[in-house]
Amino acid sequence: MTETSAIEVRRLTKFFGRKPREALERLRGGATRSELAPLGTAAVIDADFDVQRGEIFVVMGLSGSGKSTLIRTLNGLLEPTGGSVTVMGETITGMSPKRLREVRRKHVSMVFQHFALLPHRTVRENAAYGLEIQGVPAAERRARAEHILERVGLGGWGDKMPAELSGGMQQRVGLARALASDTDILLMDEAFSALDPLIRKEMQEQLVELQQELGKTIVFITHDLNEAMFLGDRIAVMRDGRIVQLGTAEEILTDPADDYVAQFVQDVDRSRVLTAGNVMEAPRAVVTASAGPRAALRSMRDLQTSMVFVVGSGRRLLGVVHDRDVLRLVQRGERSLESVISDDHPVVGADEHLSELFESAVESQLPLAVVDEQGRLLGAVPRVTLLAALGNVSSNTAEHTVIEMPATIPVDVITATLHRTARPETAVADAADATAVAVAAAEAADIRAEVLMRADAAGERSPA
Amino acid sequence: MSDFRLPLGDWADAFIQFVTDVFGGFFSVVRAIFAGFYELVDLLLQTPPFWAVIIVLAAIAWLAKGWKLAVGTTVGLLVIVGVDQWQNAMSTLALVLVASLIAVVISVPLGVLAARSDVASKVIRPVLDFMQTMPAMVYLIPALILFRVGVVPGIVATIIFAMAPGVRLTELGIRGVDKEVVEAGQAFGSSPWRILRQIQLPLAMPSIMAGVNQVIMLSLSMVVIAGMVGAGGLGGQVVQSLTRIDVGLGFEAGLSVVILAIILDRVTGALGTKRAPRRRGVQSPTTDAAEPLGPEAERLPAASANA
Ligand SMILES: Nc1ncnc2c1ncn2[C@@H]1O[C@H](COP(=O)(O)OP(=O)(O)OP(=O)(O)O)[C@@H](O)[C@H]1O
Ligand SMILES: [Mg+2]
Repeated sequence: MTETSAIEVRRLTKFFGRKPREALERLRGGATRSELAPLGTAAVIDADFDVQRGEIFVVMGLSGSGKSTLIRTLNGLLEPTGGSVTVMGETITGMSPKRLREVRRKHVSMVFQHFALLPHRTVRENAAYGLEIQGVPAAERRARAEHILERVGLGGWGDKMPAELSGGMQQRVGLARALASDTDILLMDEAFSALDPLIRKEMQEQLVELQQELGKTIVFITHDLNEAMFLGDRIAVMRDGRIVQLGTAEEILTDPADDYVAQFVQDVDRSRVLTAGNVMEAPRAVVTASAGPRAALRSMRDLQTSMVFVVGSGRRLLGVVHDRDVLRLVQRGERSLESVISDDHPVVGADEHLSELFESAVESQLPLAVVDEQGRLLGAVPRVTLLAALGNVSSNTAEHTVIEMPATIPVDVITATLHRTARPETAVADAADATAVAVAAAEAADIRAEVLMRADAAGERSPA
Repeated sequence: MSDFRLPLGDWADAFIQFVTDVFGGFFSVVRAIFAGFYELVDLLLQTPPFWAVIIVLAAIAWLAKGWKLAVGTTVGLLVIVGVDQWQNAMSTLALVLVASLIAVVISVPLGVLAARSDVASKVIRPVLDFMQTMPAMVYLIPALILFRVGVVPGIVATIIFAMAPGVRLTELGIRGVDKEVVEAGQAFGSSPWRILRQIQLPLAMPSIMAGVNQVIMLSLSMVVIAGMVGAGGLGGQVVQSLTRIDVGLGFEAGLSVVILAIILDRVTGALGTKRAPRRRGVQSPTTDAAEPLGPEAERLPAASANA
């Protein structure tokens, strides 16, 4: 047993039907579900995985792929035909019913698709149900239930009956009941499937929030891809009883194990899965503040762009400067960029989803600067990259520098200005630059054309 | 015509003979218990003046449903008094109550058993069919042999005849409880017994109460037959009117049966529907606290310590 795994599943097989032993042997020998159909249904075949403590582990698959069967073996509601399940270090397979109940009370609670509240009890009594079974005294469980109800946004509803609540609220009670029992693990079988989309989204966000706050281990079942991608730290994709791929959302999205998975993820909403960090490019238009206006202007000229990012010590992002402002500084012979650095450009965190970037991208024409928690510049997301990523055009656009902000001042004007204001020691470098600029400009034009073509392609594909 | 004849009747005879020989003592005890129980209830209903009984019954009707039923009950019972059948009606009521109570006490656990085990269900179902479809008179013969003439064979025949819907509706009710809710009980570590007590029985209550209502109605339909073996009461009156071809007496006794039937049906029916959406007040968690937590509670020091 490893210290960090909450659940260990080893060669788990569940077969419903006649001659389970024979079926087990044949399945282990590689027989498929359909070959065993005359005997019964092989709901789960040879599942083998660990769920780490504190992670959200999502199981995803089409209807009938065995998800519910799998999750029901994790708390012993179903006894496996073969293999074993270990929960928080205790092997529950073959355990006596009494000890199994203890494991459930201590370690595993569950949230159900159709809420499964006790209709004859109040909301508060429902939330306290797990505690009641654990033998917690009435006053204490009442207080704890009330606290959790408050936490899921149902403060003041404790005296109502479940039937008086809307679906979304009922499921909050279901969630409160599971959270109140204070077990390490939460099993959620299509817990949000019966809710309408807006409430569902809200619940997903709340779940992530609660999970981060309480550090629960969550096994979440869904057949909704976007939900899986949004919630899952790791995702297991099931097909006909077998787990065909297990990995992070990004791995499954960008590197599907087979055609089934590929087809499955085809119409996933990428903007909710991919993050700024996944699609950002190395920012080339960067100067250090100490390099001064001339270096900034030269850099902009070379890259044919009207702006550069300015970073301070340790690559900390200070802001951007624009070519016109810098040109003026150079003409005036100023030595510091500081006066023209503006901070009105969009900045996003590396782990923000693309869906969260749109607003910034619409508000400003500048590429989005991607920074880490310390405010260090990690990369940039030009708007065209955002588009390309959504259409899944190419995942390696980072090789190219996409020029989003074409220069607003002709190259020769800049070169002339640099020459005019140059001190003798920089003149040679500037002369060499003149040829480099010609080459860079030609390259940049090529790249721009290529990117535009790709963006077109993306535009055609994305509505499909 | 061939000489061959299936000796089923002989076998039944032999079986009853065997049962009387071997279990005679047992049946005497049962007889004594049933008779004692009946005497007690009958005494309770007969001793007070009729108006006192009517007030109590009307009050029950009021609590169960409302003032309209209370008024109807009072009027109906006064009619019975008016046709001078009060004592007979109370004897019949005692018989019905005793037989129904015993039938319910037997049938609900049987229904629970049938709901929990498919094997039990498969065994119980044909037996119930048999008991319900066999003409009720037929039970009377062995019942008479085993319990001798009087009120007890009537009670026994009534129980056998009336039990089936109690078992069926209990099974149906428990099987009909949302599987997910029962699973929720299991998933949170509740014991099967506790799930039965806290989830299945309360949620099956409307169905079980419908079963109880049916049991009572069927019991009432047996009073005339019970009257034939000397159970007395309204049934005895009907039998008497038959032998004497006394239309008037027959009508009065029959009408009294109908009045009792309507009252019992409405009251038990109202109890059934009233229990279903039962709302519990703010106080309820404290009442829960008084409830024993079950044997598991003590064995869970770790869980309570965590908590
Ligand atoms: N108790 C059972 N007896 C027999 N077969 C069963 C039983 N439970 C599930 N199955 C079968 O096992 C297979 C997997 O069922 P399961 O409920 O695990 O699928 P699922 O992935 O949860 O599907 P859904 O998305 O529809 O909930 C199905 O073919 C189902 O018919
Ligand atoms: Mg399912």
